[in-house]
Parts: sequence; C-alpha cells; structure tokens
Amino acid sequence: MTTTTSTYRIHGATGEWEVVIGLEVHAQVTSNAKLFSGASTAFGAEPNSQVSLVDAAMPGMLPVPNRECIRQAVRTGMAIEARINRWSRFDRKNYFYADLPQGYQISQLYHPLVGEGALTIEADEKAGIPEDKTIGIERIHVEQDAGKLMHDQHPSMSYVDLNRSGVALMEIVSRPDMRSPAEAGAYVRKLRSILRYVGSCDGNMEEGSMRADVNVSVRKPGDEFGTRTETKNVNSVRFVMQTIEHEARRQVDLIEDGGTVVQETRLFDPGTGTTRSMRSKEDAHDYRYFPDPDLLPLELDDAFLAECRESLPELPDAKKRRYVEELGLSAYNAGVLTADVDSFRRFEELLEATSAKLGKGAKDVSTQVANWSLSVAPGVLNALGSEADEGHATAEAQAAILAMQSAGEISGGQAKEIYEIVLKTGREPAEIAETEGLKQQSDTGAIEAEIDKVLAANTDKVAEYRGGKDKLFGFFVGQTMKAMAGKGNPAVVNQLLKAKLDG
Amino acid sequence: MSDLTDLGVAAIRDGVSSGQFSAREVAEAFNANVAAAQDALNAFIVATPEKALEAADAVDAARAKGEQLGKMAGVPIGMKDLFATKGVQTTAASHILEGFVPEYESTVSANLWRAGAGMLGKLNMDQFAMGSSNETSYFGNVISPWRTSDGGNAALAPGGSSGGSSAAVAARLCPAATGTDTGGSIRQPAAFVGISGIKPTYGRCSRWGVVAFASSLDQAGPMARDVTDCAIMLEAMAGFDPKDATSLNLPVPEWAANLSDDLRGKRVGIPREYRMDGTDPEILASWDQGIEWLKDAGAEVIEVSLPHTKYALPAYYIVAPAEASSNLARYDGVRYGLRDLPQGANLQEMYAATRAAGFGEEVKRRILIGTYVLSAGFYDAYYNQAQRVRTLIARDFEQAFETCDVILAPTTPTASFALGDKVDDPLAMYLNDVFAVPASLAGLPAMSVPAGLNAQGLPLGLQLIGKAFDEQGVLNAGLAIERRAGFTARPDRWW
Repeated sequence: MTTTTSTYRIHGATGEWEVVIGLEVHAQVTSNAKLFSGASTAFGAEPNSQVSLVDAAMPGMLPVPNRECIRQAVRTGMAIEARINRWSRFDRKNYFYADLPQGYQISQLYHPLVGEGALTIEADEKAGIPEDKTIGIERIHVEQDAGKLMHDQHPSMSYVDLNRSGVALMEIVSRPDMRSPAEAGAYVRKLRSILRYVGSCDGNMEEGSMRADVNVSVRKPGDEFGTRTETKNVNSVRFVMQTIEHEARRQVDLIEDGGTVVQETRLFDPGTGTTRSMRSKEDAHDYRYFPDPDLLPLELDDAFLAECRESLPELPDAKKRRYVEELGLSAYNAGVLTADVDSFRRFEELLEATSAKLGKGAKDVSTQVANWSLSVAPGVLNALGSEADEGHATAEAQAAILAMQSAGEISGGQAKEIYEIVLKTGREPAEIAETEGLKQQSDTGAIEAEIDKVLAANTDKVAEYRGGKDKLFGFFVGQTMKAMAGKGNPAVVNQLLKAKLDG
Repeated sequence: MSDLTDLGVAAIRDGVSSGQFSAREVAEAFNANVAAAQDALNAFIVATPEKALEAADAVDAARAKGEQLGKMAGVPIGMKDLFATKGVQTTAASHILEGFVPEYESTVSANLWRAGAGMLGKLNMDQFAMGSSNETSYFGNVISPWRTSDGGNAALAPGGSSGGSSAAVAARLCPAATGTDTGGSIRQPAAFVGISGIKPTYGRCSRWGVVAFASSLDQAGPMARDVTDCAIMLEAMAGFDPKDATSLNLPVPEWAANLSDDLRGKRVGIPREYRMDGTDPEILASWDQGIEWLKDAGAEVIEVSLPHTKYALPAYYIVAPAEASSNLARYDGVRYGLRDLPQGANLQEMYAATRAAGFGEEVKRRILIGTYVLSAGFYDAYYNQAQRVRTLIARDFEQAFETCDVILAPTTPTASFALGDKVDDPLAMYLNDVFAVPASLAGLPAMSVPAGLNAQGLPLGLQLIGKAFDEQGVLNAGLAIERRAGFTARPDRWW
C-alpha cells in the first residue's frame, strides 16, 4: 500500500480541497442463467421473453442458487486476492417498486461471499497518478438485478420488462481510497480488465453489464471525511470522472457558501455532465434486511474453491510482469498490451505465429511483434478507416508480413503497404509482395551495381567523405535507395557502401 | 354406495386395486358428499368433481390394463387452497388472489397425482394460512361438522389454518386432505375434529408451488382418519425437490410398511414445562391417559425438560410475521391477482389500494407486526432475539432427545370453541398454538392423533414430537395411542 497522496485539488475560495471517492461497481455476472432461476440472460431479447415463474415472483415460487454465478463471483474475489468466505448468506432487501416482482431483492448484507481484497492502479504521470497505488476493496457480494420500467410505450401507463429481473450481479465495493477523477477512472478500467480476464463479467458498460455508484465527499487535506453523496448507476468511465468533478465542485461551493452537504442519493445527467438530487437520507427506505428463509447459507467446500482457483487465468499484473521479465518488453508496452483481454490475446496469438514462422523464440521476436501490435498495425488500420475489413487482420497474415520483414525480404514501409492491401482485400502477404513488387533487393550484385553508379556520379562527394566528412555517408545511402526505388535492403546497402567507401 | 365414503386411504386403495369397487364409484361417492355439505360446512372454495372423476378413470383404466398402481391409486383427496394447482383457481383464501389460476402445479400435489390420487376440490382455509379457527378466509368461515353433545347447535371452529381440510375429512367429504403447518396448522385442526395429521421434518415435503406464509416454518403434511393413512399419504407427498433449496436430499422411507405399535425399548419424554396454567383439566387428563397407553405399548415414560418453552410463542409471533411481511410483498397488483387502481392513482397509491382491499384483517395485522419487528432500530431487539430463542428451543429438544425417543404432549390447550369466541382477541387465538409452535420452530416431525372426547362430546388430540427425520418414531407412537384409544367417534350428520 503506497501512501502517496494525489495532488488533485479543488480550488475554493477558502483554499484547497481534497476529494475522497469510493465506488460500488455493479457487474453483471457472465452466466447463461439468472442467479436463482433457469431463465436466460442474453441482452437485447424481446421484453418479458426471458422471465421464469421465479423471476415474475408467482405465488409459491422459490429461488435456487445458480452454482455458476457463485463460482464466477468467487473467481473474481480470488483475482483481487480477496478473502473468500466459505460461509455466506443471502439476505432480503425489502422495498416496493414495479420493477421488483418479489417486493424484495435477494442480496447479501450481513455475510458477503467475498471479503477484503485490493487492486493496483498503475502510475500515470500525465493523469496525476505519480506512482502505482493500491485501492482497497471492502467486499464483493452477489445479488439479483431488478427489471426495467418503460415509460415511453403508452401515454398514461408504464410498462415493465422483467428480462433483467433476477440476473446475477456482483457488487464490488471499494474503500474510499481514491482521491481524484483520474484514480477513479483508472480503478474502473483496471477492475473491468480483471473482470474480463477472469471472464466473470463482459464489462460492457453501454449495455449496462457494468455500472457504478459513485460516493464523493470533500475535505480540507488532513481533515476527517466529509459527508458523502452517492450518485447512482453511472455507466461509463468518462461519466464516473465527470460525476466526481461535478460533485466535488458542487460540494465545495455549497460548503463555502455556508451550506452543508446532505447525505443523499443523486443521479447523473450525461447531457449536462451534472448531478441532481434523487432522494435524501430522510426519505431513504428502511430496507428491513433479514436472512432469506428460502435459502440455506452458502457453504463452499475445498474442491469447489480449488476448482475456482485452478480455473483462473494469468491476471493483468502477473502478465505484465512476465512480459517485462521474460519477453524483455518495456514496462510501458507491457502495460498497454496487458490492459485488456482483446489486446493481449491478439498480441500473444501473433507472437506465437511469428515465432513459429521464423523458428525463433518468443523473446527474439517479442519487440518486433509488440511494436507492430502497438503502433504499426493500429496506424494502418486507423488510416484505412472504413476501407479496412478487420476480419482480414488474422495472426497468420500479420505473422507472414513480420517474418518477411525479419528475413529482410521486405522493408518496414513495404510491410505497411502489404498490410494495407491485406486489410482491404484479404490477399496473401507473400503473393502481394510478389505481385505488387513490394520486395526489397538483397542481391549484392544488383546493389553493388547501383552503388557503383552513385559513386561514379558523385566523385566529389566521395573525395570529401574520404577526406573525413563522415556525415556524407547518409547521402550515399539515400542516393542508392532512391536509385533502387526504395527496394534496396538498407542493411545490405549500408554494408556494401561502407566496404566500397572505406575500402 | 354411500358407505364408500366411510373408507380411508388404505381401504380405498386396496379395494380399487383388488376390484372390490372402481375408483370412479369412489370418486362419485365423495363428489356427492362434497356437493351435499358445501352450503352447511363451506369446506371447499372450489369443487372439482371432474378432476376427481378424470383421475379415477385413469386409475381404473390402468388397473384394467394390469399396470402397477400408485400408493394413492383411486383415492380422491381434498387439496388445501395454499397449493398451486394448474388450471384450477388458487387463492390462499384471499381476495387478492381471487381468480388467480396458476400455470403450474405444486410439487406436493403433482406427487400425489402421480401416485394415483384425484382432486375433489380446493379446500377452504385461514387466509394465507394465518389463523387458528378458519375465520380469516375471504370465502367465509368453515363450520366444524362437530357439535356439542348437550344439544347446542352453535357453529364450532374446525381449527386452522387447515380448517377446510379438517372439516372435510371429519365429515367424510374426503378420505384425506393435504394440510400445511407453520405453527400448528395441521395438528390443531386435526385435534379439533378427531382426525390424525402429521407435520413431517422441515424439508421433507417440497414448498415449491405452495403459497408461502413463513418460509422457514411452512411444511406440508397429510390429514387423514388414521395413522396408517397419514403414513401412506406422506410417502406420496414427500421427496427431495431440487426446486426448493431447503428440501431434504434424503430418500423417502417406507413409513407405512414399517408401522408398529410395539414401543418396547422406547422412551417417551413428558415435557414438564407443558403443564401450563390455564390448561383445560380434561386436556391434562387425556395427556395422563396417553401416558398410560404408551406404557401399555411397552414404552418407558420419563420426564424431560424443555426450559425455553414459554418463549416459543412470542418468538414464533415475531419470526413468522417477519417472514410473512416479506413473502406477501409480491401481492402488489402489478402482475396478477387483484389490482385496485383508483382514478389518477400513482404506483404507491395503487399498492395501498390493492393491498388494503385484497388482504384481510389478520393478514394485515401480521404484515404490520412483521414490518415492525424488521424495521431499523427494532431488528435486534425483536427479530434477532427471536432467532436466538429459536436456537435455544431447538437445543432444548436436542437435549431432551438424548434421553428419550419421542415426546408426548397435548396438541392444544382446549377443545374446539364456538366461532366468534376469540375472533376479537388475537392473543387468546394465538394461544391455541402454544403446544404446537415449539416443534415448528425446531423443524421437528410432530403429529396429532385423536385421544377421546371431552365432557361436551368434542374431540381431544394428543401430540407426538419426534427427532428430526424420525417420522417413523412419531407414527409408531401415534399408532400405539390410536390402537389403545379406540377412537371411533364421528360427528352426527346434521348438514
């Protein structure tokens, strides 16, 4: 745990204010079936087409825990190195709303499945995070999602869609350890990355698979925590950061104008980037939590826990460390490549294909593959825009290009050109190189012939070079390459020129 | 043909399978009794004579083809209206579920139909199983078929909440019926009308498809004329159900085949704390008689102590309403059942109007109690404290069962009373279950068997409480009493 404090401050009339942030992230568990019923969980289905008798809370219906949802939550807990509670229990949170068929949500207040854990956000100087920082996670509990009200279907009535009713959520509750919007943003991104690595949540914030309740308070540095507000259901990293910026400023202005912050629930308006009051503590519900008598306590045995642990993949921090230590990548490149499941999967696939093609160890091609993956390939893709068909961006094709480049058959520029054609057409890289003449000349005879011509045409410069003007070497290289229409193998050109000029 | 309705489960099943009479004849006979008694006893909310005939015909056809018949083959039964029955209105005797027709069949009722039973109808009961006299039903009181022997014709309580079940079995409207017992709702009505009823160990019978009252206590069981019939029917009802997370994953024993009234080597515990002030002397006398019968059957009788007994009723009236207040939240007018939507009402107003109109007074009282004991600031003092008491009561039984095999106690503190007597005094009504509630809180099997009649000619029951999973011990002790009590009294038909 580092003690480095963020330098992020709100500048008020009475001086500087520190922001204290805690996040409750609701992550939908990846599972085919709901937490307590067999109904499907796929997104985007027709309203009320994925509702079982249990989800609709018909008389006499009973919840039965879905083992897979519990397993995913336990694996997530293990991924943040949290304490897994072998004994946990479900509680009912009672309140009336039309999207809550049972009249209660089955959740875990008193004995959550996962206890204390932590995750590390990486240093990011530009964002004001001077060094790696550990953010405490208080608990993860599992609970049911509610349905959805639709107010725009009928002039005077609201409709209820229960497809999401009963879907399993993990509520991941952080400690109030964050001190800036950037830290909160980094936390959400890191958490999402871990969830996606583990495969316990798809992390899709647009579809609502992941959303955050943002707790914000302000204080003078060194003071006790101030009164916090909770802004509900914020559904993107950017909105989380905006919520904090707005809420912190609002609270500072309020306090400095002589007011007090009230503990309340607020809503974020993405249109204006502001928050507004939803309900205050006075009219907060009394949820009357009590243990759900339809369910026995959840007891996890050794075999179950062992399976959960064994099924965990290599996680972002470990992977990053391995990329640096075993593949020799820079910490920065390793960090970017491991930040997301998609990017590391693409990288590792390409690394394997390239090293197989060249018959070299992964470490020997890792820098080339990393540079290609992080800058060359995305650059080509972006430049092409809609002309590119990403389906053509196979590891096989890219490895073929990298192998040709590595063998000196094509130049870096030719590699890009070939990849462009691959993305547009899906043609074979070797065939493109051949057909389009995108190969560089390594034949020493041909290159020597061109060098001889260049030297003959520039006898004055040759004399100057030989007289000690070393800088002219680049000129000869440029002239030779130009004469060869850019297709000369630069290494060979350099070597031969050196020999002829110095010899 | 009317004599067929004097037969019980075993006699009907055996008669049908041996061809003495057809299942259809049996169903017709009971259908006729149901119809004839409806106005006077109001035991059924809905009669389903066609269902009874359909099931009977299936059994007769199966027999004709020489197929193996089920445990309940050809036995028409009454189904308490707490069990969801596919295609047949299921209301829990409430207005809020009036007209609700489930698309699904409860596990227990499905088990019974699979065993060859047929349905005579849905039995009246106390609303949401809350009540001890069957006076809380939205569909009117059930009238006990019993009357006092002094010639009085006051309408008597059949007990509750399974009051339709008890009245129907006692009046020969069905040979057996399902009941549910949360805090005595099988045993107390069985005692009031002179029949047998067993609440098995919590988890023996699936709660799936049974309208919930208090989930941690609710348990279904059979109500029938004798112990053997109870054993047969319980075998058909019980069994592990993966759809109920609290269901016991144990095989169903062959209780009926293993019935024995030979209690030699068994110890019967007599709980000292059940000798409460105010208990009817006739009840105490029947208890003493029960002790003698069990001794006669070979048992050794010892005194045991259940020291926390006096806290059982208060704890029960916290735990059960707390769970009920949450379980009944789903009746909100949004998806099914009654909806009262006053002109211009918003969602909260619709909830209030619907629930005000849909729930009866006793149900509202328990929702209020339950809501109160779970509220912030009261939770620890009430709900948590009651749960601790519950643990102590379970421990009382565990300790008692270290020295005895089964416990004998009265089922109720009094015999049946006149309808209206206690309806304005909830506490007096709740006291009816004072002997029944401890076994419910501990989840133990317990049954009531008829012991005799009091001076007014009304039945008295004796209760047997067993170790968890030991329904056999309870049934055997019940059988020993049944054989010695020789209880043959039945209400004279006045309806």
